[in-house]
Amino acid sequence: MEFAELIKTPRADNVVLHRPFYLAVEGTLCLTGHHLIFSSRRQDNAEELWLLHSNIDSIDKRFVGSLGTIVIKCKDLRIIQLDIPGMEECLNIASSIEALSTLDSVTLMYPFFYRPMFEIVEDGWRSFLPDQEFELLGSMTDEWRLSCINKEFSVCPSYPPVVIVPKSIDDEALRKVAMFRHGSRFPVLSYYHKKNGMVMMRSSQPLTGTNGRRCKEDEKLINATLRPGKRGYIIDTRSLNVAQQARAKGGGFEQEAHYPQWRRIHKCIERFNILQESLIKLVEACNDQSHNMDRWLSKLEASNWLTHIKEILTAACLAAQCIDREGASVLVHGTEGTDSTLQVTSLAQIILDPRCRTIRGFESLVVREWLQAGHPFQQRCAQSAYSNSKQKWEAPVFLLFLDCVWQILRQFPCSFEFNEQFLIMLFEHAYASQFGTFLGNNENERSKLKLPQKTMSLWSWVNRSEELSKFQNPLFEANSLVIWPSVAPQSLQLWEGVFLRWNRPSKFLDEAHEEMINIIRYNKELQAKVNALRRQLAEMETDDRMQENP
Amino acid sequence: VENVRLLDRLSSRKAALGTLYLTATHVIFVENVSETRKETWVLHSQISSIEKQATTASGCPLLIRCKNFQVIQLVIPQERDCHDVYISLIRLTRPVKYEELYCFSFNPKLNKEEREQGWKLVDLNEEYNRMGIPNNYWQISDVNRDYGVCDSYPTEVYVPKSATAHIIVGSSKFRSRRRFPALSYYCKGNNAAICRSSQPLSGFSARCLEDEQMLQAIRKANPGSDFIYVVDTRPKLNAMANRAAGKGYENEDNYSNIKFQFIGIENIHVMRNSLQKMLEVCELKSPSMSDFLWGLENSGWLKHIKAIMDAGIFIAKAVAEEGVSVLVHCSDGWDRTAQVCSVASLLLDPYYRTMKGFMVLIEKDWVSFGHKFNHRYGNLDGDPKEISPVIDQFIECVWQLMEQFPCAFEFNERFLIHIQHHVYSCQFGNFLCNSQKERRELKIQERTYSLWSHLWKNRADYLNPLYRSDHSQTQGTLRPQMAPCNFLYKFWSGMYNRFEKGLQPRQSVTDYLMAVKEETQQLEEELEVLGERLANLQKLELNDNKVKSKQQDRSKQLGLSTSNNSLANTPQEYSSDLKSFPSRSPSQGDEEDSALILTQDNLKSSDPDLSANSDQESGVEDLSCRSPSGGGCLPSEDSGKDSDEAVFLAV
Repeated sequence: MEFAELIKTPRADNVVLHRPFYLAVEGTLCLTGHHLIFSSRRQDNAEELWLLHSNIDSIDKRFVGSLGTIVIKCKDLRIIQLDIPGMEECLNIASSIEALSTLDSVTLMYPFFYRPMFEIVEDGWRSFLPDQEFELLGSMTDEWRLSCINKEFSVCPSYPPVVIVPKSIDDEALRKVAMFRHGSRFPVLSYYHKKNGMVMMRSSQPLTGTNGRRCKEDEKLINATLRPGKRGYIIDTRSLNVAQQARAKGGGFEQEAHYPQWRRIHKCIERFNILQESLIKLVEACNDQSHNMDRWLSKLEASNWLTHIKEILTAACLAAQCIDREGASVLVHGTEGTDSTLQVTSLAQIILDPRCRTIRGFESLVVREWLQAGHPFQQRCAQSAYSNSKQKWEAPVFLLFLDCVWQILRQFPCSFEFNEQFLIMLFEHAYASQFGTFLGNNENERSKLKLPQKTMSLWSWVNRSEELSKFQNPLFEANSLVIWPSVAPQSLQLWEGVFLRWNRPSKFLDEAHEEMINIIRYNKELQAKVNALRRQLAEMETDDRMQENP
Repeated sequence: VENVRLLDRLSSRKAALGTLYLTATHVIFVENVSETRKETWVLHSQISSIEKQATTASGCPLLIRCKNFQVIQLVIPQERDCHDVYISLIRLTRPVKYEELYCFSFNPKLNKEEREQGWKLVDLNEEYNRMGIPNNYWQISDVNRDYGVCDSYPTEVYVPKSATAHIIVGSSKFRSRRRFPALSYYCKGNNAAICRSSQPLSGFSARCLEDEQMLQAIRKANPGSDFIYVVDTRPKLNAMANRAAGKGYENEDNYSNIKFQFIGIENIHVMRNSLQKMLEVCELKSPSMSDFLWGLENSGWLKHIKAIMDAGIFIAKAVAEEGVSVLVHCSDGWDRTAQVCSVASLLLDPYYRTMKGFMVLIEKDWVSFGHKFNHRYGNLDGDPKEISPVIDQFIECVWQLMEQFPCAFEFNERFLIHIQHHVYSCQFGNFLCNSQKERRELKIQERTYSLWSHLWKNRADYLNPLYRSDHSQTQGTLRPQMAPCNFLYKFWSGMYNRFEKGLQPRQSVTDYLMAVKEETQQLEEELEVLGERLANLQKLELNDNKVKSKQQDRSKQLGLSTSNNSLANTPQEYSSDLKSFPSRSPSQGDEEDSALILTQDNLKSSDPDLSANSDQESGVEDLSCRSPSGGGCLPSEDSGKDSDEAVFLAV
């Protein structure tokens, strides 16, 4: 298919762009296969706006006489308005945008066409390989092994080719366990807590069904992670009620009788359309222009967004506490083990492991616990808060995770190497990007699409020093401790950087951030000067002494 | 009383055993744990209510609520002891005479001269001079010198030059409690002014020629404008109801060239109930997000804060952008009027956003104009219906502005919190009584100390590291977002939950940056010393006298570039040298698992009477599955408790 077929009017002049907090600008609008480009004609202050079609969530058009107006709502929650003279032009442009922003085929997406304008220092596709992770693990313990059982994605389509499992469990047993778990997602290692050797594993629900099926190998596998005489915790991210209902559909949960060494704890993290509706309501509340304070608070409350944040963070804290404080191993799962499970395991690692609070470590965490672990990004992030379609697999699961990270960052502003902008950048790229990193739903699909060969990795771009400097937290001081966030309602806040980003003036906050950077930069400069002077003095003094005592 | 247990509100398992002492001024709880002997001090004047609850098997619980939002739960083993404590506290927390208050016994070991100096720190005449007054339009009037016209006004009042004593007295007779229009703020740049008064006694049709002349005089004092705004800060309904009692509001027809405007801020009773409701939400044991947000909305607190802000913004806009003078009043003109005038002044004039300027502002708009501190904050036992968090709301408005303009204020959140504390503490004489007249009669300045000099002495603790006097945000009028941005107003947990340290961010950006700045200053000093030493050494090396002096100058300037070169060669040493500087890491909590809580430590050093109350998170031994925080920072974990334990039982 040629994009040109979809673009009936590639260019319109005298278009007026409206954005909140900016004066309206007149300019020219161009449509290309992947971008909507607006450039102002003002000589003194030429301005360009590039918008990926894949970033467009919904589009409305209306007419007053022959003047058409298109309102574009983006997945990054921005809303812009374009006034286009000429009814035909406007209709053409609107229909082109609609078609181009809803392309079916992944291979038509921009990452397959994007050619980087920067030098690639490090190929991001090779930055975080499972072998490296395992090497690190091997330096701490020899109780685990790398299994290639899923090499051809034959055992579990949503797992990566290699996974880490207990050494004492052979691949034959793993195959049996896979049959007993939803989507074949058998328990694998998620995190090893160096301090006390406790581990966190993740899986999907066991297929116990109504008649209480059991699987000896499954029991053996998870028991293999326990120290003699120790008990472990199974954190089921669903409420007991939901877990019981799952039995009717062949799913279920670990029966006490068959897993006597495990205590099961149920949490209730919501899924799918409940989360999607929550996001839609929240964004609606944030865009509400009414003058009424009560309405704002009740809409914020009714969206339940912060309730979800609280639930997820609480479950993650619980998992972290079991590991660090109780000295127990933990298995986390929900139903499929691709959503709430990953929220819990990844957040628990941020709490426990200082490495995950560095830029590199956090990237590695996203790769391990989200991309390789088979979170279906393409399905979940297909639409954002302005979509009208009611597809049941869209859900802001990853955004909720990022929001939770932001909440912890806010409570420990000096313990993270990255800043809020880093999290916002990840949010944007998960929904629309020139990079291939978040395409596909799992490693299997990514390898079929040959993404590493045909597209550029987000990490190749981010991990260059020019970009990194934008994402560094000036306040960072390495903190090797476990950080326990508060999950009380008073401690959780709306993530303004994402949800109010386009409807509040940010000038003063940006200035404050800049001032902060200046203070720290000046301090570092002085330190450098003082150190150099000291050294120079020391040298001169020794010279003197040598001259005095020849 | 021995063997008393102090309960932790957040986790029921954590309770400290200790001894309770009652002194003439404080309630003191000392923990039995020998190595720490942690002490909790509470001033009697801070106690707002004491509640004796039903005796249980473990003893008799006593709940103490404080005006600075601390809640203390004690369990006393013997019913009789508990009753005695209860009775004593009831008496001790309800003094009937000013002389019983703490400030008359508080002695910070300053001599007489220092004390007098302290009271001179804030001088209102100096402040009006700073505004450019007296000038051609405004003058000081001695009409109230013996409080003869208005006993709740100061002796020195600034009025338009054309307002004669006759007009002032005449106008005062037409105003509630004789609070005639007087100057609060004058804008040198465009002659626009903010004046304040109480409501006119207009009833349904009454007029007063002198009052009309008074408003005319205010208009004439601003030659650039042909009208003034009269802002009634009450809801219209309330103002109309007042007409039946012979009070009310200005009739535009009777006054030449006024524009009349209602801005609905609710009265003290609504505000008292609103705070009460919000505090109930804060006190919930483990609220869900919905409980909290619903309760916050239901309390209406943020709505009221926004109403005050909107009024202040309206006035600041009129003065700064339209160049129009404004007369502000409510009913008596000492609550809402004080709030609104001070918010507007703060927006208009960067001086009030400095530490000293903020003290002046409170002294001007609150203390001197007769805000009834004693009644509103219940310093002496009185009518509970008079109590209302009026200045608390103003302080919160300032905080909300600080959140929106992080570089605009010289002071930080801690400064606001400490002022709020001392409005209630009665430790200093500034906020005693209901008017300047009463304070003079009591000879407050001779018998007590001033809070301002105390805060000024510790000003290093109250600095906002992001403030720079030459920063663009610091200059000129602040223009906050108006109406639709409701989301800009946030719950202030740093104030209302400030004794629950677990709920606060665990690392303070402010304190971190202050430490960095302090270190920077040390570095600057060291740089200078090193530079001199270097110069001296070089002097010795070069025997030529003429070269010497030149070299000294040059080395000071060029020291930087040479050092940078050497640095580039040895980056490793740079980091090892770092260790020789005072450690300022926010995260080296060592034994403690949660990172060090900087705020607490600094609080402790800065103001002992506050920090004594601060409940430090010490233990991490609480291994219960329910509070992974150990330190109690996960109070809401309790919500999951029942269901999870049920599961455990099933196992």
